[in-house]
Amino acid sequence: MTPLPPAFSDWFAARGWQVHPHQQEMLDRAGEPALMLIAPTGGGKTLAGFLPTLAELATEPREGLHTLYISPLKALASDIRRNLLVPISEMNLPIRVEDRTGDTSATRKKRQRVDPPHILLTTPESLALLTSYEDAPRMFAGLSRVIIDEIHALAESKRGDQLMLALSRLEAVAPGLRRVGLSATVEDPPALAALMARGGAPCPVLQADPGPDPDIAMLRTEAPPPWSGGGGRYAIGEIFDEVKRHRTTLIFHNTRAQAEIFFHHLWLANTDDLPIGIHHGSLSREQRDAVEKAMTEGQLRAVVCTGSLDLGIDWGDVDLVIQVGAPKNVKRLIQRIGRANHRYNAPSKALLVPANRFEVVECVAALEAAKAHDLDGDPRGPGPLDVLCQHILIRACAGPFDERELFHEVRSVGAYAGLSRAAFDDCLDFCATGGYALKAYDRWQRLIKRPDGLWQLRDPRAAQRIRMNIGTIQDTDTLKVRLRGAGKPLGEVEESFAATLSAGDTFLIGGQIVRYEGLKEMTVEVSRSAAKKPRVAVFQGTKFSTSTQLSSRILEMLLQKTWPALPDHTAAWLALQRELSHLPSHDRVLVESFPHDGLAHTCFYGFAGRNAQQTLGLLLTRRMETAGLNPLGFVATDYATLIWGLDEVADPAPLLQDKGLREGLDEWLKSNAVMKRTFRGAATIAGLIERNLPQARKSGRQATFSSDILYDTLRKYDPEHLLMRITEAEAMRGLVDFGRIEEFLARTEGRVDHVRLERVSPLAAPMLLEVGKVPIVGEGRERLVAQEAAALMAEAGLDGL
Amino acid sequence: MTAHAFTLYDTPLRALPSGALHIPGEAALCVSDLHLGKSDRIARRGGGLLPPYEARETLARLEADIFATNARQVICLGDSFDDLAAQDSLGEAERLWLARLQAGRRWIWIEGNHDPGPVELGGSHLAEMRLGALVYRHIAQKGAEGEVSGHYHPKHRVSGAGPARAAFIYDQRRLILPAYGTYTGGLSTTDPAISALFKRPAIAVLTGSRAIPTPL
Repeated sequence: MTPLPPAFSDWFAARGWQVHPHQQEMLDRAGEPALMLIAPTGGGKTLAGFLPTLAELATEPREGLHTLYISPLKALASDIRRNLLVPISEMNLPIRVEDRTGDTSATRKKRQRVDPPHILLTTPESLALLTSYEDAPRMFAGLSRVIIDEIHALAESKRGDQLMLALSRLEAVAPGLRRVGLSATVEDPPALAALMARGGAPCPVLQADPGPDPDIAMLRTEAPPPWSGGGGRYAIGEIFDEVKRHRTTLIFHNTRAQAEIFFHHLWLANTDDLPIGIHHGSLSREQRDAVEKAMTEGQLRAVVCTGSLDLGIDWGDVDLVIQVGAPKNVKRLIQRIGRANHRYNAPSKALLVPANRFEVVECVAALEAAKAHDLDGDPRGPGPLDVLCQHILIRACAGPFDERELFHEVRSVGAYAGLSRAAFDDCLDFCATGGYALKAYDRWQRLIKRPDGLWQLRDPRAAQRIRMNIGTIQDTDTLKVRLRGAGKPLGEVEESFAATLSAGDTFLIGGQIVRYEGLKEMTVEVSRSAAKKPRVAVFQGTKFSTSTQLSSRILEMLLQKTWPALPDHTAAWLALQRELSHLPSHDRVLVESFPHDGLAHTCFYGFAGRNAQQTLGLLLTRRMETAGLNPLGFVATDYATLIWGLDEVADPAPLLQDKGLREGLDEWLKSNAVMKRTFRGAATIAGLIERNLPQARKSGRQATFSSDILYDTLRKYDPEHLLMRITEAEAMRGLVDFGRIEEFLARTEGRVDHVRLERVSPLAAPMLLEVGKVPIVGEGRERLVAQEAAALMAEAGLDGL
Repeated sequence: MTAHAFTLYDTPLRALPSGALHIPGEAALCVSDLHLGKSDRIARRGGGLLPPYEARETLARLEADIFATNARQVICLGDSFDDLAAQDSLGEAERLWLARLQAGRRWIWIEGNHDPGPVELGGSHLAEMRLGALVYRHIAQKGAEGEVSGHYHPKHRVSGAGPARAAFIYDQRRLILPAYGTYTGGLSTTDPAISALFKRPAIAVLTGSRAIPTPL
């Protein structure tokens, strides 16, 4: 056992603390080249990660960067800095800690490169940027440890891939670097560890005592939840009572829009004037900072929030977590619940508030899964090539490089271990010449090969543009929202939403209703409004889909004859569905048709998972287009696909015929909005599209054009281009689950129950609120535009034209 | 091809779904803001290497419109090239293609803010021109009457019917053409830079698979 330095044991003793077994074990095994700790929130995970660093620097003081700490959130980095400063100053340790994020001032950043602190706290994007500087080798030369916090969250996205590629650079500069990963509970710890380890080396996993099982229940309410609807407004009274009964409550929502509406109503119900706040990713940094600060100081009784508060920031005394809306994913539920009761060995307390009756079923299934410790997760694919392209450009910014060395470095990253030389060469060629069949950029290559065989930027000024576009986070184009006259930004809305606003429209942002006044230099100007009912800001937000495990639990539950585990209102609702229509079953397809909002709606229940249901949506709309039914769009969930269009589906059986289903699918898929969306992401990450330009964004927006144009051009003239291959591979992973469609068609064998209804069925109602709608561009849409335009012309008395 | 027919200063005009303007009485076709060579300009300045196919795509559409309308004269209403150096970036194939289109036709390059100097390719180069009752120039002038221009890349959205599309805008006095080039974006007609130029009633004609008129 490695003893704690005396100063440390004294400090622990003075606080009446004991070193947790997993903290001791981290200290004992500090020499491991790679190590991963899995501990629940509040288990002293971060201290466990830093303890070896503090001990090493206390016993052997030295100059230069010793430990790099990487977290997914800027806020987390500054929070950790505050927490670290306490033991450091109280023990009087010779250790300097600084953070470095997008918010750090330019002078400070510059100084950090010249004279780095002992411990630097940063994010994957800021690290990638650091590695792009020519002086990176000097800055990182003495680096000894890297701590990756909340690695489970990073590993779910391309940010994790970018981080691991950056680590391969650091490894080259500081060989023998030790890696430590800190993770919340995950379903497959060895898989996560393998991602983090260097070049296939082992990475042992330490499991901290998970603590007592959380205390989770569904909130009992006087009023039953509505049939459909997403806000959980019916439960405001009971939720408010819970807030009053607890010190601090976090109220999680699945989308930003829902959080906004809920906060608005909670505020109206707040007759006691309790201090409550709202926190989500579209609010301005000032606003989020203010809430975070009030939170840490224990001044707030409740915070309405979204995933932006998901990660392990120490928010002080949260003693209750409320999840409004079905958690959609058991792992996320468990991680969120970990936010409550930050004292080790006290059970976390959480309440689920289903927003509608269908979510009651989902919540009950999630509770059962959580009790059974049945976590869910999707397996990861190989390292994405768009991230590799960006890595190559970043490498070029740091100075001339040898392609073979870089290839070997990249292959040492877990996710890229299987990368072929040909695939690497394609990425390098893309970065250098664009990689087009038509060789057009002889004069203007981005990278050139020097006579000595090394690659470098043709124009060194390109480095600035590349650095400005580092990162893999894909956000939609947003506009800042400001109060007219006052300079303070309130937050951001999506450009597409702003485009639908006309003067006088009202919407919610940051819990207040504002009136749209106009657009000024890419900023939405608003004024305060006394309106009671706003038009609601729609955020793309994150689309959560229910995990496969959960959706099969739910189908099982629907198949029961009676539902003793469900509240009466929900059991009655399912019984009503059975009476008015059918309940879906394993060996038949349920199809419901009903009019809604002036359009014909048809819902296909396949329970095949969201990917397969999405693909089914594409297949069915293609057949509907051919049949002249003018589909306009669809939305898919894990259970069903809902399609709307101008004409009614009289007989769905031919649409579901197995024969010829694949024919023509390819073309239809490739012209679809899902592919274009995927392309946009890949093209931005790979450096084809620059989101940020050196000069401020021009006010005349005729200068920028849609990435869809690039996609269509490539599809026509260069369909085999690297970016098209990346797009296809990625979209297919998220889209086509053809096996499950065929399995679904085989098990139902054309046994279709088509139910025609006057209005939306109980089971289909929640589908109307799903986000992630996919538009279909076909004859129907053309007709719709023409109709709308003609109506407007008639209204304006111009129909003679 | 469903065009939208209208008149401006008694001149019959047809807004084609492609974004080109057909002037039947003059056997003329007018297109604006081709922005040829845009990908080359971005690459030259150290930006991303965009797919280098936009010139052939733009020329292919232009060729189709010229043949469909049997145009004897072609007016390119400025910003035909993304900058003056972009002319050099046209490949041999594109140069020959352009020469073929110009053969036997009157071809006018109106100068734009992106391409203010003379063009080295065939055709005449003018600051602006008058044809019948109408004047053709790149940027609309305050108080002008009977004017056809480009520059603003207008796009218009019919609410409840999908995203904005490139659009012609006209009122009693003037017409603004959408950008014809493949790599061009648009400026919303709600932007004061555009809307201030028109007096109601004004019409926006959406481009796409057919030309759709709607009130501005």
